Amino acid sequence: MLAISDLRVEVDGKQILNGLDLEVCPGEIHAIMGPNGSGKSTLANVIAGRDGYDVKGGSIFYMGNNLLDLLPEERARQGIFLAFQYPVEIPGVANIYLLKEAINAIRSSKEEKELDAIDFLSLVRDKLKLLDMKEEFLYRSVNQGFSGGEKKRNEIFQMAMLEPTLAILDETDSGLDIDALKVVSDGVNALRAADRSIILVTHYQRLLNYIVPDYVHVLANGQVIRSGDHSLAAELEESGYSWIGGGGEGKSLGASVG
Amino acid sequence: MDTFETQIDGFVGREYKEGFVTDIDSETLPPGLNADVIAILSKKKNEPGFMLDWRMDAYERWMKMETPRWAHVNYPPINYQAISYYSAPRSQADGPKSLDEVDPKLLETYDKLGIPLEEQKMLSGVAVDAVFDSVSVATTFKKELAEAGVIFCSFSEALQKYPELVRTYLGTVVPLGDNFYAALNSAVFSDGSFVYVPKGVRCPMELSTYFRINATNTGQFERTLIVADEDSYVSYLEGCTAPMRDENQLHAAVVELVALKNSEIKYSTVQNWYPGDSEGRGGIYNFVTKRGACRGDNAKISWTQVETGSAITWKYPSVLLEGNKTVGEFYSVALTNHHQQADTGTKMVHIGKDTSSTIISKGISAGQGQNAYRGLVKVLKGADNARNYSQCDSLLMSDRCGAHTFPYLEVKNQTATIEHEATTSKIGEDQLFYCRQRGLSEEDAVSLIVNGFCKAVFKELPMEFAVEAQKLLSISLEGSVG
Repeated sequence: MLAISDLRVEVDGKQILNGLDLEVCPGEIHAIMGPNGSGKSTLANVIAGRDGYDVKGGSIFYMGNNLLDLLPEERARQGIFLAFQYPVEIPGVANIYLLKEAINAIRSSKEEKELDAIDFLSLVRDKLKLLDMKEEFLYRSVNQGFSGGEKKRNEIFQMAMLEPTLAILDETDSGLDIDALKVVSDGVNALRAADRSIILVTHYQRLLNYIVPDYVHVLANGQVIRSGDHSLAAELEESGYSWIGGGGEGKSLGASVG
Repeated sequence: MDTFETQIDGFVGREYKEGFVTDIDSETLPPGLNADVIAILSKKKNEPGFMLDWRMDAYERWMKMETPRWAHVNYPPINYQAISYYSAPRSQADGPKSLDEVDPKLLETYDKLGIPLEEQKMLSGVAVDAVFDSVSVATTFKKELAEAGVIFCSFSEALQKYPELVRTYLGTVVPLGDNFYAALNSAVFSDGSFVYVPKGVRCPMELSTYFRINATNTGQFERTLIVADEDSYVSYLEGCTAPMRDENQLHAAVVELVALKNSEIKYSTVQNWYPGDSEGRGGIYNFVTKRGACRGDNAKISWTQVETGSAITWKYPSVLLEGNKTVGEFYSVALTNHHQQADTGTKMVHIGKDTSSTIISKGISAGQGQNAYRGLVKVLKGADNARNYSQCDSLLMSDRCGAHTFPYLEVKNQTATIEHEATTSKIGEDQLFYCRQRGLSEEDAVSLIVNGFCKAVFKELPMEFAVEAQKLLSISLEGSVG
């Protein structure tokens, strides 16, 4: 489904990804771990097509197509979803309105009919339950005045609504207390499917206790330096990132954030 | 950052779809302004004697006045002798007729503008007065309105049929020597709309005037007077367009609103005069004086404006809160793109006791547009317990545009409560990327974000017009972001 090979990316003239390889098959969950500055978020943003990331070499193929040729909205319409590390506020735009626009943009790109109000609302109510969210949440402006936890929950709610083929969760665990982490993880687990792949970008092993990945990759200096199964995460928890040397900051992984 | 800027520029490149010219035989006075021109104008309209005296008085005052220079706008001096002060389709020389008699070319023009005048095709519940250059060419739903006792007609017709009503209220809110452009308008205004809603009547439909400039080299000087008698209600809308021309054309209108005891007037504008091309050539100079007086207790006047057109906009719809417990509101969205300039805002003058006013202003600047909010909140000595809330937000869409806020406060009464909030923000790449990552195209993302920014104003517009305004905003910003 996703094949990244020898990816080289610069940001403001500085090389961040330096020959990264990654292959993700349908239904798999891959965790990308690594110290700050190792290029995890860069990888997430490059897949989603954000401006300001200069691809200098290598390739990303998604469902057999060259992803780098596509605009961000085209990637989204083909099923790529990014849960943002820092979800953006849009004053005056109701959450539900953005969702409706998004769903209809995706549907019309597939020449499907727009959802009528009744079908849309019943879908929305289903998914709200999944994330244990109240309906009034729909009518608040996108992410405005949301707590950190609400923002992250909203991202997963959007993911549930948009039903992506490939979801990238960029530090979704940061800023969550343990209860919120559990709700969010339950939501993500409920969205696991044979035709849906998930990439979890995280600094901490904690999330992986709740969402168990099939593969764990350790990123350092813009490359995958180790890959393994779930046990690799546990190993990292023991040893931290200090063994990597360079770019790492040797923080203990067990610590909880914010 | 470079690509972002270029993308914004691309998006701003818009087409002005109302820019066509109607080929129609018009009677146009030669350019120039003097006492004779005013006399001819008045005679053409067969006006009562008081009107000519009034015009001449205004003309005398105007001659002694200077062009105001305090606004944050730049333009070369206007040669008032090079403008024609009257142009009317020859076929309409005898004033508004029934729709069957209206020149088909005019009907076609309004059809093309999306305002079909044949009543059966119209949005039910909206009556239209169509003003073409200097004259009103048709007013719809007159019969239905008459049944409710509401007078809605062209200004010229009002002078023929209801001269005493006009005489009672004309110039009582905007005196003829009020300012340079108001004085000019008072001297040479050619037509406009007149509304009178009698005591206790809730006007059964939205009233609307559609202003169209067609003739070249002419100015449009229309006058609107709306009187809401005690315990009445009326909602009035105006729309405006003009052909694309390389020259600048002057539009200097005056609007007066009088709200008597317990009445309410809601006045909405969707202004889409030709803004000029991307190099700043051509476009309308929109120098307008709009003011309402809440003359009786509990009266309410609400201005809502969406200003997307004109090369230069100079306009401050204001409310004089004369009665006790009167309410004034001003909701504004002003968009400037390319080389457009806007200096707009309001004046809320608190005179009676327990008066309140609300000001919500949203300025959007793109390209090299300059957008200034200028507002005055004045609380007079006797205005106990006056309240004002002002909120002025500016959204910048490029690095070359400007947003300016000039709030003025004059408070002479200690019991007043005044709040003012202002923000300036730049449309965020992160907001756009967020929306695009959810599947929205760049255009739709901009439109979503900008509409969100303007929401507090759009919700004040009557429904159909809110939709129009949103569309207009999207067109005006087409290609403007990345």
